[in-house]
This record gives sequence, structure tokens and C-alpha cells, in this order.
Amino acid sequence: MDFNFYLSTMWSVLKALPLTLEIWFFGIAFGLVIATGLTWLRASDYKLGEYFTRAYVFIFRGSPLLVQLYLIYFGLSQFDFVRHSPILWPILRDPMYCTIVAMALNTAAYESEIFRGALRAVPVGQIEAAKAFGMSAFTRFRLVTLPIALRLALPAYSTEIILMTKATALASVVTIMEMMGTAQKIQHDTFRPIEVLTCAGVIYLLLNLSIARIFAWVEYRLSPHLRPPPEQRQQIKPVPEVL
Amino acid sequence: MEFLNDLKDQVSTAYELLAAGWGVQLLWGIGWTLAVTVVSMLIGAALGSLVAAAKLSHRGGLRFIGESYTTVFRGEPELLIIYLFYYGGTQVLTGVARSTGSIGSTDILNMPSFLGGVLAVGIISGAYQAEVFRGSFLAIHRGELEAARAYGMSAWLRFRLVIVPQVLRLAVPGLGNVWQLTIKDSALISVTGVAELMLTANKAARSTHHSLLFYTVAGILYLVMTSISTPIFEKAERYTSRSFTRPK
Repeated sequence: MDFNFYLSTMWSVLKALPLTLEIWFFGIAFGLVIATGLTWLRASDYKLGEYFTRAYVFIFRGSPLLVQLYLIYFGLSQFDFVRHSPILWPILRDPMYCTIVAMALNTAAYESEIFRGALRAVPVGQIEAAKAFGMSAFTRFRLVTLPIALRLALPAYSTEIILMTKATALASVVTIMEMMGTAQKIQHDTFRPIEVLTCAGVIYLLLNLSIARIFAWVEYRLSPHLRPPPEQRQQIKPVPEVL
Repeated sequence: MEFLNDLKDQVSTAYELLAAGWGVQLLWGIGWTLAVTVVSMLIGAALGSLVAAAKLSHRGGLRFIGESYTTVFRGEPELLIIYLFYYGGTQVLTGVARSTGSIGSTDILNMPSFLGGVLAVGIISGAYQAEVFRGSFLAIHRGELEAARAYGMSAWLRFRLVIVPQVLRLAVPGLGNVWQLTIKDSALISVTGVAELMLTANKAARSTHHSLLFYTVAGILYLVMTSISTPIFEKAERYTSRSFTRPK
């Protein structure tokens, strides 16, 4: 056991953590925006919107993220109009932006399905009550539907976020030196893949466990109505036997 | 207009390239992808049922092992596990072969890429299958197990006649999801050099400089594979639950 090697590897991989988190954060943020749009399209009455979102979800959930990433990074630059476009080209020639775009498009498909399910799961009685109160459609959405749906979507959303953490490792195949890329480089330099990958694995695992913990805490805070009232939580003392 | 002309060129070269032999290569790629997925699913089913049993065990130690297995292999990037098995396997094999003297001290004994990839994807698939099996077992009616015990069935008989048929029936939809995941994970083992669909598309894209075409074709072929499996699993679900139809 070469303890110093583990320490130095751990430190080198940790130095790439900010880059991993950057890809992760922007992928999730843009993904959330696209997913919101898709959910809105799907929930609207337009048939065309429904067909579009169905096709979108089918395509992005049915093929591997790696194919989507390669298609965006290597494939799109084939078009002359992409290479000559002042807006598209700076984005699509940069592997970092390409990874973020691929991750955002991919996660949006999964998230839009999560949100759709959550919206449908909002109890009808709550919406009827809101209508009976004379709430406008917007107020009803803001005060009743949205909060309940977000709470319902949270468990599945946290799973999706953890999948996204795992997906950031794919950035390494398009030359980004995030944690996985750094680990790969150290591994090639030292020919000690087991030690190096174990170090990286520990960091990824701790990262995912902390994300899961944070979501569990948020879920706990957002569901006080599902917890037993404080007096019930105390142990009920057995009645002393009198006779 | 430039865009349309571009597209027209792409389509006409697409046919030529696919007919020139890349089409056949891609079909072989599909074969390898399916082989990898099926073998990984089988490895995953074996591991998954053991891990599910461990997680349901009364012994704390076994439960801990099961929990750790599913946490680690569902929490790590798939790419990392694949690299670990492929390059780590090479490291172990080389070390063993060098110490036994079957290769020279500077030679390297590579991990067979199919074996390494299939083990890695199988172990990941096993973590997901374990959760599916555990959920199905918990969904079996307690009364059935009690009745089997009351009949004096041995543990093995109970397992074979009561648990397995019901777990399999309840697990079909979950296994369908894991199958889809495994097809998509199998694309990652292209990094180890198994000539499955992704790697074939990669090679074609690099050597012909038509990346858009080949990655699109690969994407469509993956879509075909995942969408064909949906009705198959639906049919399997109908078949396995034919005696459990709910009254309308």
C-alpha cells in the first residue's frame, strides 16, 4: 500500500471537481429550462405540442447519451451552415459546451416525464377546492398545483440528478479533463488503474451520497404534513399495573 | 438553401457508404451490442438475485454487503466501472502472469475486452436487477409464504414453487427497464474496443469523415432496439400475468 500515491491521486482528482460540478450544474440548469418548456407543451391542448414532446422523449430516452454527445460534438459540425454561424459555431466547437448541451437535452426528456407524472398526480379535490374558492387559473397554478406537483416530483427528480452526476464522466471521452478525464490521465501515466479508479470512485460516491442526503433533507422539510404529530412520536408509557 | 443542398449531398453519399460495406459492419455491430446486452443481463440476473437475497436476509452482515453493492454500483459512473474492469483486469492479469513467469517482465497481458466489458455492465445491471427482485419479493402476498410453510414445504421447495414463479411474474416490467438501461450502457464499452454498434459507428465516422451520418444511423439503430423491446416485454408481462387478470 503506497499511501502517498493514494493521497496525491485523490488530490489531483479533487482538483478537477470544480469542472465536474460546472458541467453538472449547467447541464441541470439548462435541462430544467428545456424540461419546463416540454412539460408546458405537453400539458397544453395543442395536438402538435403533444406529438413533438412524445417524439422528443422517445428519441432522447431511447438512445445512449454517448451517441447524442458524439452526434452533437462530431456530427453537427458537418453542416456548413453550423460552421459559418456566428452563434452556433462557438458553442458546438467547444467540447465543454457540447457536453452541457447533450446533457441538458438528454435530462430534459426524463425530467419532462417526471413533471408530467407529478402534475397528473395532484389530487383533483385540491384543484376543485381552489376553483370553488374562486381562484384564477394562474393563482390556482401558483398556489395549489405547482407546490404540490413539485413536492411529488422531488424523489424522481433526485434520482435524475444523481444520474446526471454519473453522466458528467462522459465528458472525458470528448477530451474534457474533469474528474474522470484526470483519473484516466493519471492511470495512463502510472499504469495503476485499480488504485487511481478507486480514488476517483470514492469521490464520485461521496458526491452522490451527499446529493442524495441533501435531497432527503429537502424532502423531509417539505413534508411536515406526512410526519406524525410530535406528541405521538414520544413513546407511550405503559399503564402501570395496579393490581 | 445551403442547408438543403448539404442535406441532399449527405443522403446521396449515405447510400454509397452504407452499400460499400459499412452497412454490413453496422449490422455486425448490432449483433455484438445484443450479445453484450444479453450476456450482461444474465450475469446481472445471477448477481442481482444473490444481492436481493442478501438485502432481504435477517443477518446484518449480509444486508450490509447487499446495501453496499447496490449503493456503490448504482452511484458510480458506468464509465468508471468499465475502466476499472478493463484496465484493472489488465493490471491484475499482467501481475499474475508476470509473477508466474508465463510472460516476460515487460510484457502486458490484456484483459479480453468482451469479458471485461460484459463483467462491468453485468455488475451494474445486477445492482439494478437486485432492486427489482427485492421489490417483487416484497410484493408477494405474505399469506402465500405462510401457507407454503404450513404445508411443510422445505426452503428449497418454497423457493422453487412459490417464490421464483411469482417474483419473475412481478419483476417483468422492472426487468424491461433494466434491459433498456443495459442496452444504453453497452454503448459505453466501445471504449474498451468491443466492436459493438457504437465502436463500429465511431470507426466509420473517423475513417470516412461522415460523422453526422454514422452517428445518426447508430442513434436510429439504438432507437429501433429499445423500441422493439418495449412490446416484447409488454407481451411477456401479459403472458406471465395471464392468470392474474383483474376483474374489469
